[in-house]
Amino acid sequence: MSAPLLRLTGLRKSFGEHEVLRGIDLELHAHEVVALIGASGSGKSTLLRTVNLLETIDDGVIELRGDDIADPRTDADRIRSRIGTVFQQFNLFPHLSVIDNVTLAARHVHRVPRARAKSRGLELLDRVGLAHKADDFPDRLSGGQQQRVAIARALATEPELLLLDEITSALDPELVGEVLDLVRTLAEGGTTILMATHEMAFARDVAHRVVFLDGGVIVEQGPPAEVFAAPREERTCAFLARFLG
Amino acid sequence: MSRLLREPGGPADLSEVELGRRAYRRGRQQRSVLVAALSTVAFAVVMWITLANTPGWPRVQETFFSWEHAVRAFPAVAEGFLLNLRVLAIASVLVLIVGLAIALLRTLRGPVFFPIRFLAAAYTDVFRGVPLILVLYLVGFGIPGLRITDDFIPGEVLGTAALVLTYSAYVSEVFRAGIEAVHPSQRLAARAMGLSHAKTLRLVVIPQAVRKVTPALMNDFVALQKDVGLISVLGAVDAVRSAQIATAASFNFTPYVVAGVLFVLLAIPTVRLTDWYTARVRRREQMGAVV
Ligand SMILES: Nc1ncnc2c1ncn2[C@@H]1O[C@H](COP(=O)(O)OP(=O)(O)OP(=O)(O)O)[C@@H](O)[C@H]1O
Ligand SMILES: [Mg+2]
Repeated sequence: MSAPLLRLTGLRKSFGEHEVLRGIDLELHAHEVVALIGASGSGKSTLLRTVNLLETIDDGVIELRGDDIADPRTDADRIRSRIGTVFQQFNLFPHLSVIDNVTLAARHVHRVPRARAKSRGLELLDRVGLAHKADDFPDRLSGGQQQRVAIARALATEPELLLLDEITSALDPELVGEVLDLVRTLAEGGTTILMATHEMAFARDVAHRVVFLDGGVIVEQGPPAEVFAAPREERTCAFLARFLG
Repeated sequence: MSRLLREPGGPADLSEVELGRRAYRRGRQQRSVLVAALSTVAFAVVMWITLANTPGWPRVQETFFSWEHAVRAFPAVAEGFLLNLRVLAIASVLVLIVGLAIALLRTLRGPVFFPIRFLAAAYTDVFRGVPLILVLYLVGFGIPGLRITDDFIPGEVLGTAALVLTYSAYVSEVFRAGIEAVHPSQRLAARAMGLSHAKTLRLVVIPQAVRKVTPALMNDFVALQKDVGLISVLGAVDAVRSAQIATAASFNFTPYVVAGVLFVLLAIPTVRLTDWYTARVRRREQMGAVV
């Protein structure tokens, strides 16, 4: 097997007294889709934020293609521009049109000329089915459309890794499907994805691997078929029982 | 109404009931306009009769509202008013720049910037607290006292400096409130895509902050429009000072009223614009925009 795209070793993070991550070891290979599951407050978002350096870690190593990116001497902005991120909500910039949202990073981080950034942006919007909304402002879009634009925006810099943090949990149920369908298409197209999710059915369908986070550590991980059907750990059982009812 | 009728489908498609409703609404609307006009006229007539019947009215009219004095004073007052307008234009641009700069200095994080943050905070505290008239005197008589230059510094320059000092303090607070009102996740989203701190401010935070505080800024602009009249205390020959000169020569106060009318005429469009814009922003927010 090739070297992992992302490798976390002994990752620790506290907020004051509260130790949220207590030694996380995780590997992610190119084209792999990994779902992070766990109770609310278990640290899924924190883990994703440490990976794109929005939180400084207290201990451990984060390697992206073998480079230690948690080293304070690395250029965090450069690393972040190699990782696409979509959050739960408030993703889009309300003062910019859809196309300007999508092309912002390309133009101002990667210095792509306006015309080329725009044609590439329209391509991406076409891929998420929203090319006709390019000149609208985010407040004219439905929640599901907003998240699809946010995904297009995250893809605009051609990231090596896509981080998705519960991107459907702020959406009305009838809008969840269109966003998940898009993620499914990306996953099938070979995009490397690390996603936190409460959508167990979706995780079972799309993820190659499910990682269960509890008490600041990874309690159990494996192919969804195994983890969901026959969890080995007591805590996983309890969590899934609550979730799957 | 007529716009509604021209919408797709056209009036031919409208049901009897809807046509009836529209006729009724139109009738109501015409009635309200008529009532408003009548009540305004009645009110004005009552006011006029009351005022005109007070014992001192003829004298007050002669001293404050003399057409003859107004016409005579107008050219000088209007010319002075042009100076007010120039000061207003220059001061408002400078206030925007200085105010935003100070607001940004106050958002700097990290121990290195402590002295800068502290000075910026002290500046806003001091100049928001000191009455403008005092700042005018201190700048107007203090700066020439420093003898930085041997040349005479005109009153309007010193006056502009004093206005900029005071108003930048207000405006920087307005900007700071706007910057803090931008949701933190907007900053996070910008940083997550690799924008630097400076670019995040310039491309994401400041544009949103400015939109949020535009009504407040416009209110400060209206206040500044009046306060440019205060530069007259430093000897600048503006509208107020010209009116004073004319008054001193004729012992008639009408020139002050002329100056006042000019200031009001200047303020009306801005005030209307502010009201309109504030209402628009409120409407947008009530529509549940994600902003
Ligand atoms: N900036 C912060 N300051 C202090 N505590 C924080 C901060 N961010 C997160 N926490 C705490 O860390 C813990 C983990 O939070 P996190 O957001 O990572 O959970 P999560 O697994 O994403 O939960 P959810 O499923 O509700 O999104 C929580 O107890 C939270 O209160
Ligand atoms: Mg979370």
